[in-house]
Amino acid sequence: MRRRILATAVAATGILALSACSGGGGGGGGMDARGPITIWYSNNAAEIAWGQQMVDAWNAANPDQQITAQEIPAGSSSEEVIGAAITAGNAPCLIFNTSPAAVPGFQKQGGLVNLSEFPDGEQYITDRSGDLADQYRSDDGGFYQLPWKSNPVMIFYNKDLFAKAGLDPENPQLSTYDEFLTASRTLKGAGVAPYAINPAPTSEFFQSWFDFYPLYAAQTGGTQLVQDGQATFDDANGEAVADFWRTIYSEQLAGNEQYQGDAFADGQAAMAIVGPWAVSVYKDKVNWGAVPVPTEKGVAADQTWTFSDAKNVGLFTACDNKATAWDVLKFATSEEQDGAWLNETGQMPLRKDLTTTYADYFQANPAYEEFGDQAARTVEVPNVQNSVEIWQAFRDGYSKAVIFGEGDVSTFLSDAKSQIDQLAAGK
Amino acid sequence: MDAGTKRRRPFGAQPLGILFSAPYLIFVGVVFAYPVIFAVWMSFHDYFFTAPGAQVDRPFVGLDNYVTALTDPDVWRAFGNVGIFLIINVPLTVVLSILLATALDRVVRARTFFRVAFYVPYVTASVAVVAVWLFLFSNTGLINNVLGPLAPNPSWLVNSALAMPTIALFVTWKGLGFYILLYLAALQNVQKELYESVAMDGGGRLRQFFSVTVPGVRPATFLVVLLATITGANLFTEPYLLTSGGGPNGASTSPVLLIYQKGIEQQNPDVAAAIGVVLIIFVLVIALLQRRFVGREES
Repeated sequence: MRRRILATAVAATGILALSACSGGGGGGGGMDARGPITIWYSNNAAEIAWGQQMVDAWNAANPDQQITAQEIPAGSSSEEVIGAAITAGNAPCLIFNTSPAAVPGFQKQGGLVNLSEFPDGEQYITDRSGDLADQYRSDDGGFYQLPWKSNPVMIFYNKDLFAKAGLDPENPQLSTYDEFLTASRTLKGAGVAPYAINPAPTSEFFQSWFDFYPLYAAQTGGTQLVQDGQATFDDANGEAVADFWRTIYSEQLAGNEQYQGDAFADGQAAMAIVGPWAVSVYKDKVNWGAVPVPTEKGVAADQTWTFSDAKNVGLFTACDNKATAWDVLKFATSEEQDGAWLNETGQMPLRKDLTTTYADYFQANPAYEEFGDQAARTVEVPNVQNSVEIWQAFRDGYSKAVIFGEGDVSTFLSDAKSQIDQLAAGK
Repeated sequence: MDAGTKRRRPFGAQPLGILFSAPYLIFVGVVFAYPVIFAVWMSFHDYFFTAPGAQVDRPFVGLDNYVTALTDPDVWRAFGNVGIFLIINVPLTVVLSILLATALDRVVRARTFFRVAFYVPYVTASVAVVAVWLFLFSNTGLINNVLGPLAPNPSWLVNSALAMPTIALFVTWKGLGFYILLYLAALQNVQKELYESVAMDGGGRLRQFFSVTVPGVRPATFLVVLLATITGANLFTEPYLLTSGGGPNGASTSPVLLIYQKGIEQQNPDVAAAIGVVLIIFVLVIALLQRRFVGREES
């Protein structure tokens, strides 16, 4: 009896040991391994349609290296889902929805492959994206993400509401802060919408990408929040942008309470800060126009910078067949597939000479032309360690001083700078 | 003979009991004990989540993570917020649930309807009922429309003084059905003769309530206080959804929400684990105090 128990225990231990060996794993294949791969893409309908045709085209030509594709699993954010998948060792080979802000964290986790280690990795990325690619380099000089597509954010405005308020809907005066505030007060005073503009006033770390950061990029001519390990915003430019938004909130030209829905689509706000992904969303709901984000003294449209709102592609270390994954990555970001992407989604591939490469598309779709032009002047989130913590620290201070008007703006900027400098230094 | 019998039965007189209880013991070990022990270990090391097979050092850092956590004003604020929550939620839960349970115990008509009515919010997903409260308490919501010029400015959920009390009210309302059930069960054990004795002595309903009902359900009260405290200390969903992630400006951030932000969003699970350990100690201290003042045995 005792012997039987012992044998059972040994067998159970063996099974456990074997299952432990087979679970997870960081991907056994080297950089030249080939075979089937899995990929995840966004759950946006237009992106799914593009993803499916891309996969079909690849699979038809590569029967021995098939792609299995699925939408990124549901979660409160894709960054959390990806982080969990890295830890569990079950990340797919490629994710076509990797946020640049999350890349330093994924890299620290040991979850991302350095694409520069492929023989043609460095050249392919820089040839495709030009100077824009440099914003996506990691501290060690390598590319742990392929710069894929951007959504340069601009000011969308509702032409019908502007006309109703007596503003010129075809030539709105929105390029300086004074003009923007005057137009906002007119819209609010005319009662055409509860708010002139209504960016989400909530405290998630990424919300500053859609209020402060685009205007800061424009005001500074393309400066990132952190450069050379130092926060950049504690100066006259940062103060001008923060003061502008504080005025917007203090005069209730924007709401400090989250709107449950899309305020612009629902006519609750006459303007919005969004990227070209929204064109297809608003086309049947709002008679819209778009202009660059304002600056303190006004800048010509063709010189205005903004936030990129980019999503990139990561190749994950859990992947067994990395050579196939790299080939798929190049195929999916080829000139042909980028053209299909542009046609399907209206989002901008992160390519140099975008407007000339796809001149026919922009000619046929003038609504996208200014976004295409703006895509050449976009600022990315800084690629530094503690990136998410840095943005959360900034948002907390911004929320207090700008949205809720507690304390003064200059104290917020200097406090946030000290905190962010420490975080960027890895403390 | 007895000693020999004991030696032959190391698992007691009913070894089968071990078999029946084993699944639960394994469950508790895997789902509760192991994570707690692991969290304590993490809180004393430089720890972050990595891909399997990634070679990283996780050195022992002593109390560094605790120092980081306890010198962070956000952490103190989160504990302060949950303190405000408990001060409102726990007494309100006890008073309302005992009163409503007593009333429901005496209801003759539509008893099931009333009991179900109070229980429905408890079994409904927070996500669903939060939407109703957002409709009620938003700037342009029903409550402000009714209050008119008396409505607070800034409105409830974006007012740093009112956000946490509003959440406490929400959680009280949502959990009431469960606590009423506990009290209803406890009321069945209160001897009816005691009410008759008080009545014969000339005591009215109020006297009966304070002299018979309240002492009679004392064990249930201790349980309600303890469970409400633990539930409050674990507050997450409500501030996450109702005040958009603990707003305004951190006025409704709870320690668990902070653990989520630090551990998952910002990838500092070691500091998050330290906050978690502090939270466990915080709850244990409160529970011991409650045990001393609410749950003491009658002499």
